[in-house]
Amino acid sequence: MVRVVASADLRRFTGGLEAFDVEADTVRRLVKALEARFPGLGDYVDRRMAIAIDGEIHQDAWTSPLKPDSEVYFIPKIGGG
Amino acid sequence: MSKQHVSTTVNGDPVEFLADPGMTLLDALRDELDLTGSKEGCGSGDCGACSVILDGRLVCSCLVLAPEAEGRRVETIEGLAHGSRLHPLQQKFLEHAALQCGFCTPGLLMASKALLDVNPDPTETEVRYWLAGNLCRCTGYDKIVRAVMDAAAELRQERV
Amino acid sequence: MSDVLDRADIGHNEGDDHLKIVGTRPVRPDGADKVTGRAAYGADFNMPGQLVGKVLRSPHAHARIVSIDARKARALPGVKAVITGDDFPNLADEFHEGGEAASNLRDMAMNVIARDKALYHGHAVAAVAAISSAIADEALALINVTYEVLPHVIEVEDAMAEGAPLLHRHMFTEGLEARPDKPSNVAKRNRIARGDLDAGFAAADVIVEGRYTTKATHQGYIEPHATVASWAADGQCNVWSSSQGQFMVRTYCAKVLGKEISDIRVTPAEIGGGFGGKTVVYLEPLALALSRESGHPVKMVMSREEVFRATGPTSGAVMHVKLGAKTDGTLTAADVELKYQAGAFPGSPVGAGSMTALACYDIPAFRITGYDVVTNTPKVAAYRAPGAPISAFAVESAMDDLALKLGIDPIALREKNAVRNGTKASYGPTYQNIGYLETLQAIKDTEHYRTPLGPNQGRGMAVGFWFNVGGESTAAVNINEDGTAVVVTGNPDIGGSRASMAMMAAETLGIAVEKVRPMVADTASIGFSMLTGGSRTTFATGMAVVQSAEKVIAELKRRAALIWDVAADHVIWKDGAAYCLDPAKADEKPLTLEAIAGQSARTGGPITGQTSLNAQGAGPGFAAHLCDVEIDPETGHVTVLRYTASQDVGRAIHPAYVEGQIQGGVAQGVGWALNEEYIFDRDGHMENAGFLDYRVPVASDLPMIDAILVEVPNPRHPFGAKGVGEVPIVPPLAAVANAIRQATGVRMADLPLSPPKIRAVLDAKGA
Repeated sequence: MVRVVASADLRRFTGGLEAFDVEADTVRRLVKALEARFPGLGDYVDRRMAIAIDGEIHQDAWTSPLKPDSEVYFIPKIGGG
Repeated sequence: MSKQHVSTTVNGDPVEFLADPGMTLLDALRDELDLTGSKEGCGSGDCGACSVILDGRLVCSCLVLAPEAEGRRVETIEGLAHGSRLHPLQQKFLEHAALQCGFCTPGLLMASKALLDVNPDPTETEVRYWLAGNLCRCTGYDKIVRAVMDAAAELRQERV
Repeated sequence: MSDVLDRADIGHNEGDDHLKIVGTRPVRPDGADKVTGRAAYGADFNMPGQLVGKVLRSPHAHARIVSIDARKARALPGVKAVITGDDFPNLADEFHEGGEAASNLRDMAMNVIARDKALYHGHAVAAVAAISSAIADEALALINVTYEVLPHVIEVEDAMAEGAPLLHRHMFTEGLEARPDKPSNVAKRNRIARGDLDAGFAAADVIVEGRYTTKATHQGYIEPHATVASWAADGQCNVWSSSQGQFMVRTYCAKVLGKEISDIRVTPAEIGGGFGGKTVVYLEPLALALSRESGHPVKMVMSREEVFRATGPTSGAVMHVKLGAKTDGTLTAADVELKYQAGAFPGSPVGAGSMTALACYDIPAFRITGYDVVTNTPKVAAYRAPGAPISAFAVESAMDDLALKLGIDPIALREKNAVRNGTKASYGPTYQNIGYLETLQAIKDTEHYRTPLGPNQGRGMAVGFWFNVGGESTAAVNINEDGTAVVVTGNPDIGGSRASMAMMAAETLGIAVEKVRPMVADTASIGFSMLTGGSRTTFATGMAVVQSAEKVIAELKRRAALIWDVAADHVIWKDGAAYCLDPAKADEKPLTLEAIAGQSARTGGPITGQTSLNAQGAGPGFAAHLCDVEIDPETGHVTVLRYTASQDVGRAIHPAYVEGQIQGGVAQGVGWALNEEYIFDRDGHMENAGFLDYRVPVASDLPMIDAILVEVPNPRHPFGAKGVGEVPIVPPLAAVANAIRQATGVRMADLPLSPPKIRAVLDAKGA
């Protein structure tokens, strides 16, 4: 089970829940599972956020793999100059 | 008002063109003579990207009216190399990685040449103050100063 | 054929772990053109029959546009087109990924040309195309715009105040617990928090608190925006443009003009500086629309004044920082509040400023609150590590005060609370493969650090962080018939990246770097690439280049096997040649790349490799800077005597250009700290819209800048590279301010620290 940690900005979707487990082996499947469990959350993170998988930042990467014990954290998409 | 006919020498070649009354030498070089090496960064003489040498003197060509070039000698970046043999300043700029985007580089090279023409052995401080009229936003000037001093050393050796 | 990501191994060339080209300093391949004035930048290009395009800009900081009467302008002989906002489609509120960060397309379209309101002095209201510059100017003067002038607001706290003039009637602050019932100028509030803040402060032995302000500053690239655009009778468009990304220009033009992307081809000019300011479009959609209306190509070049008045600076900001620590220096709590100016439309970098503010620190309890606030100033654009230098100025100044109060060396204080591999970052993920502590150690090891100071001198240090990004890149490696190679990418070369691409390809192929020519292609000639920025090019495009070269090697081995008539697994590639390992063919000599290329037609055709990827796992960058200043007690002038910048660069592909990025970022940071600012008058007009009074550092302002490259490789990149371009601008604001604090004995918290302010401090001290 992938451990998802929700930042303060996302807790309005999770009803205040800070961390929870989800079954998923790719980012795409994770996003779908999140949307199914907390309507609006999957869509929001998919469009607006990057995902840190075990510390490594991925952005726009549906096929990025998740390990069974991965920890996942969403952060706003990062741009640069 | 009608255009004015201007005859001048650019990089050793006799040229002529027609200038609008308010045309700057920079505009004339770029638009009438297709010498686009000199750049416009500000149009008000504050950035030095348009630097050329006029009768042996370093000027901002955006502050010179085109008709003022009549009968004078203009040197631009296009005339710095001898054929395809780069001037030591150009060579040292490349070796020292003294350019990143390269936009300020033509102006800086002309300004540096003007310096070494009057002061073949400048100190670092003299280089920095002479080049203070040439803005560079990419490099922080470190490698530029090193390149100029290295080129100066090479030119002094060549004269020996 | 899209490879999402390969986990490339470093040093994977068979049997040879020693790098021959990566890490050396060859002359850049585009260098000769750049030092002879031959390289073509935005304004150096012309199309036959082109017209001159110019923009009419709002004279008011805030006004409703009641009507625009362009009849006289259109009737002027020589004028071929006049356009206003009505000539552009109205766009739905739509986020689009054309640029690097998600940006609201409708806001961008309204920034390119105003619709019902002018939102800042300089906002484009109309544009003309004419046969000469003089006639275009005349035409602008003949356009009659009726404005209803509205009250304006410039400073961020004024814009947040009750009763402030409202820029957008439908702006309701996002991110609050409850949606407000009244509109305001606060587009968004973000918050990052961890642990129990009150308990954290209660556990502190010492608390430090401060209010810090910065002003809007401009990226200051020396080349003004320029473009030549042609809209043909069949709707096919060609754009020549100086930008940080030709694909970005294509996407934004397509969206703003309502065209299909394939109808537009964008060729990148050489770019005279960007630093984030050229990651958006200003002129290109206008030039295309003028070309459409006139039937001719249109060339548009901004004046320096237009660049300052109407292109994105970065935010000015007001910040509060409160830190709590134990007497031994352990941080127990931090509370940071950031209010950033967004300019006329939402989208300040306060989010990134929030995420980076405490990124160097391992603190159990903190709260970071950020406000994105619209103001009647130009819409901000990205500026080198957008948002991070600003919040770092506040946090690093407070840390310096904390060090002083505790009697602890500032570097030791950073080390005490440093993040390391395995630390959970303040913005969420867990760090791995970072080199932060190493940068601090590198500073401690310098002679600079040990050199004693003289009178009126001070020394300051600060640290900094930036994420760096990866993203989409395409690269192709094509082998020529004589065994030389061309590397094609879609990333404009801002700081020497072309050289690095050639080096990485040459290293992988095992041939001399002079035999590899890098090219930056237009949007029709190479697959999609995200723009050059975010410190991504050497990382992501480099990854695509290396993978393409690896595909070429696989093909070269296959051809060699064919030539020798051996099994494919009997061939290895080493040092630019194929070697036969079949024992039955022991006397086969190695086949060089040149030899195989010469026979490519007979062995299957041209040899090429292309890779498109979306690179993930870009490594963040950390830096530690040390700065010495001397104050002139009479004038208040600050001289930067000495500057050392150490940074974790992963692996320096071309060390001279990595040093160059560091030195350039430091110079911009020094200017930001000491002199640069947007000065607005009572009417909301920028008073110093030129390089004379917007004072960027010149050669005599700076010493040599010592760059120390710390290499902790990023295992995600084939050579271990991390992005380097943005981190260097993050520490200097506080490094300089902290040095000034030591020199004067007074904490100055309002940038820029220009001579009048220093004089005021010295006067107050009775000096």
